[in-house]
Amino acid sequence: MKKRNVAIWIIVLVSAALYGFGGVNKYFLISPEDVELKVPRGFPKPNYRFKDNKPTPEIFVLGRKLFYDPVLSKDSTISCGSCHQRIAAFGHIDHALSHGINGLIGKRNVPALQNLIWKDAFMWDGGVNHLEVQPLSPITNPIEMNESMAHVIEKLKHNKAYAEEFRVAFGDSDMTSQHLLRALAQFTGLMISANSRYDRFMRGEDTFSISEKSGLELFRAKCASCHEEPLFTDNRYRNNGLAPDTGLKDKGRSAISGAQFDEYKFLVPGLRNIEMTYPYMHDGRFRKLKNVLDYYSESRNFSPNTAKEMYEIGKLSEQDKKDIIAFLLTLTDKTFLYDRRFVDPNVSEP
Amino acid sequence: MATLVVAMSFTLKPDSGKLTLVLHHYVGDELLNLDTASYKNALGQPFTVTKFKYYIGNIRFRKVNGEEIQIDNYYLVDEDEDRSKKISLNLPDGGYTAISFIIGVDSLHNCSGAQSGALDPVNAMFWTWNTGYIFLKLEGKSPLSKSPGNIFEYHIGGYKQPANCIRRVSLALKQTLVISNATPKELQIKADADELLKSPTTIDISVLSSVTDFHNATIIADNYADMFSIIGEK
Repeated sequence: MKKRNVAIWIIVLVSAALYGFGGVNKYFLISPEDVELKVPRGFPKPNYRFKDNKPTPEIFVLGRKLFYDPVLSKDSTISCGSCHQRIAAFGHIDHALSHGINGLIGKRNVPALQNLIWKDAFMWDGGVNHLEVQPLSPITNPIEMNESMAHVIEKLKHNKAYAEEFRVAFGDSDMTSQHLLRALAQFTGLMISANSRYDRFMRGEDTFSISEKSGLELFRAKCASCHEEPLFTDNRYRNNGLAPDTGLKDKGRSAISGAQFDEYKFLVPGLRNIEMTYPYMHDGRFRKLKNVLDYYSESRNFSPNTAKEMYEIGKLSEQDKKDIIAFLLTLTDKTFLYDRRFVDPNVSEP
Repeated sequence: MATLVVAMSFTLKPDSGKLTLVLHHYVGDELLNLDTASYKNALGQPFTVTKFKYYIGNIRFRKVNGEEIQIDNYYLVDEDEDRSKKISLNLPDGGYTAISFIIGVDSLHNCSGAQSGALDPVNAMFWTWNTGYIFLKLEGKSPLSKSPGNIFEYHIGGYKQPANCIRRVSLALKQTLVISNATPKELQIKADADELLKSPTTIDISVLSSVTDFHNATIIADNYADMFSIIGEK
């Protein structure tokens, strides 16, 4: 009898230690405040304002589960989070090109997921026009998750936990793709990076070194005409003159618009957390920031149809490059990279 | 928004009546039979049909007094789903002289994120890499097709210029259609898949066997604009 009591106490204490005394690990609990949209000071009005998709903790948690669940892929091997890694601002760290099921390699670099609600189009070519329908592209792409939405929904309907979570989140027994996509939109839409050293400097809460300050000035003179603050992109498509990759044969924006003048144009990427999103460019051809700046400074063998801004950069001195890189590193936002709300609750312990 | 209110509210009113649009699929003068029947296009090229489905929406009815009633719903009509070929509507009482609708999905619904019902992407009528609904699919086989397996595939969609494939179909009624609570009415509508392959542009299957994005899409869209006709009112 006594032995049994001791055993029970051990179980209780171990469970409590693992999950917190509330029965669930408090680290992963999402409160109503956690899902409140707070537009950072100085940011423009978002394009996606959760109008028909008001964030709630339950829907957000469902979105988080779906984001990290390989059930979305055909053979249940890869999840959104497989290629969109939190520590890389949800890019794919140290991978030039995207990966798919069965070891397939895609033709573009995985973009970071951050500040998505300010975008008006998604993907390097801007082919996707709305945050909610964005996941349909990787889910159905044969070289990514290669799954159909109809089959995803069927798989989820056979899963009792999901049936209950959809019911709790949306107040009915509907397991529709609309609810799935809106849950993902809540999870990804609230990925907001706005507390880097740059942001704190702009708010007067932090100081920059001389090199960082000089880098900011150079950046504003040489880079900001495309990489516009505070999102560090103007959300437009440009050809930055890179020699077309003869293997990938990726013509970028023109495949979407059908217009010849859009050939080799790609969406100007935002630069937040750029320290973590290497390698760089739409095809990940540059391993380091130094390679990027060398290219912008020295290359003048631009391909036809190159954006006029490329010709305005001019040669950068080695010190200029160092300063610009010093500035770019101030865009690393640890508050975002370590935000517990976006941690995969299945594999990570605080 | 005003039309939506009309569409939503009259369903509850007693002074309304039921109208069913019944779609009949043909290839020319022959009824469409998937897989088995062989047809010939305007060039005499033989083909069979394996899939024929399309969206219609923004249905408007014109009353005798000129007033227009719009139904803000989308319907996915599929030859392979008999139920989808009967569209039941409730209309306010009165006499009607014309019906119109779009083939396709309007730009608002192409740009508004995740949709449900007929517009649910599980229906596989959605392009995921270049967002937008596929308005119409006609698939089949022809020995003259140079595509693998001799298949042909016409997936037509696109809501943006210059590849806008939305087409509004307007059909005048031969006689005034009187809607009342007393008798449910039906409109028999013919959809002729052969029209995709002719007028204004004759499609040579040996030359064009695959349309799956904006390339050549408006050619087929201009062809399908006149594929509907009214074959019976009662």
